[in-house]
Amino acid sequence: MEESTWTTKKGLAQMLKGGVIMDVVTPEHAKIAEEAGAVAVMALERVPADIRAAGGVARMSDPGLILQIMDAVSIPVMAKCRIGHFVEAQVLEAIGVDYIDESEVLTPADEEHHVNKHAFKVPFVCGCRDLGEALRRIGEGAAMIRTKGEPGTGNIVEAVRHMRTVMDAIRRLRNMPPDEWMAEAKKLGAPYELVAELAKTGHLPVVNFAAGGVATPADAALMMQLGADGIFVGSGIFKSEDPAQRGAAIVKATTHYQDAALIAEVSKGLAKAMPGIEIGTIKAEELMAKRGW
Amino acid sequence: MAESPTIGVLALQGAFVEHATMLRGLGVDVREVRLPAQLRGLAGLVIPGGESTTIGKLLVAYELLAPLRELIAAGLPVFGTCAGMILLAKDIGGLEQPLLATMDLRVRRNAFGRQLQSFEADLRVPVLGERPLRAVFIRAPVVEAVGLGVEVLGWLDDGRIVAARQGRLLVTAFHPELTDDDRLHRYFLEQVVGLGHGEKRALTHAFASGDRPL
Repeated sequence: MEESTWTTKKGLAQMLKGGVIMDVVTPEHAKIAEEAGAVAVMALERVPADIRAAGGVARMSDPGLILQIMDAVSIPVMAKCRIGHFVEAQVLEAIGVDYIDESEVLTPADEEHHVNKHAFKVPFVCGCRDLGEALRRIGEGAAMIRTKGEPGTGNIVEAVRHMRTVMDAIRRLRNMPPDEWMAEAKKLGAPYELVAELAKTGHLPVVNFAAGGVATPADAALMMQLGADGIFVGSGIFKSEDPAQRGAAIVKATTHYQDAALIAEVSKGLAKAMPGIEIGTIKAEELMAKRGW
Repeated sequence: MAESPTIGVLALQGAFVEHATMLRGLGVDVREVRLPAQLRGLAGLVIPGGESTTIGKLLVAYELLAPLRELIAAGLPVFGTCAGMILLAKDIGGLEQPLLATMDLRVRRNAFGRQLQSFEADLRVPVLGERPLRAVFIRAPVVEAVGLGVEVLGWLDDGRIVAARQGRLLVTAFHPELTDDDRLHRYFLEQVVGLGHGEKRALTHAFASGDRPL
């Protein structure tokens, strides 16, 4: 019997496919999310929109709060550590979270190195903007990937850009002859073995969700149609007027992402979405997606 | 020409693509099921691993729960893995979540603990032959008790039940769809659904409850 194998690590993400992972900041939120049909929750002290508004340094949440959320629900609980902050990751592993998000939503602890995720028993999810970034994270041991989008904005434009960029690079690789794989690996800044494997299988070796800017059922379905395996919603649910209602609608639109009549039905009469932010109005140094490499 | 049988895979959430790929590899047609109309004319159904609470809520929201129960009562063969097993069990220890509740099992959710306790193990499953089955357990449930007419198919070394069959219902606590070993899917198609070896033809209800596989 072997615990925490590569298969069990990436396998949990496979079980979350077609589902919605919701940011929650209290045990009560977590219960609302579970009741709305979330496949997992991300436990944190503040949703990205509030982190953005507060400024300063954003760190790992209080382990006590994360434990309360773990006690409140039966679905998996994820928590965030700062990019490169392997001790925050050790702490999260020690309290037994189900997945660690090494996240650009928090202030990076290391501008050069991400966490060596192979060294952990707990699986990690990491953000990416393009295929090279995705494969570098997988090379470091990430068992799940998500496109970054721009967290806390309620604006889907960056999530779309990142998903299209990843999918386009995968389509290119699928049609690339083996003699060009090494040059492509160099160009992507990605491990050659992962580039070659992807070229052969035609898909990423781990699950890829969309994150950063999902605010409506149609946003979720858009990301699914672009090729996401599932959806992270950060601020989009609990910064909206009626989180339970919006959460359930986003869950349904994610399952039935190809059924426009059904998406129309669940989108009718929803209470107000979170207020959005135009990306151009955010100062370049405040863009979260640019954190990490 | 006779139509080849179609096996449904409940595609509300979870690892349904992995099941579909494995079934197609065994030569059957596969249909993803998200709405009641897609249940029509299926020779069998797979309920995949995923989050049982989410799948249960979506079964209710899209009015799949009642028609599925009726089909199962009428003899629809079903293969449930992990969350699928939870949804089929009659008793999950009083937890409040929607269930199909059609199989005489008492199942405990997250019986081994959280993700850090997820594991792989070699199982002895006598109906699949001598070669052990590599089984992947992810935040897995376990069968705590079985009712009359339930045949236990697989155990862990400590004796805990992780695979069982009751008539046309087959369940595992683990994920055969995450491995390359297709023997359980083959067993489901041949011995539970009753498809002939190598031919895509449905044999009519060849196996009643408790029958030994050929």
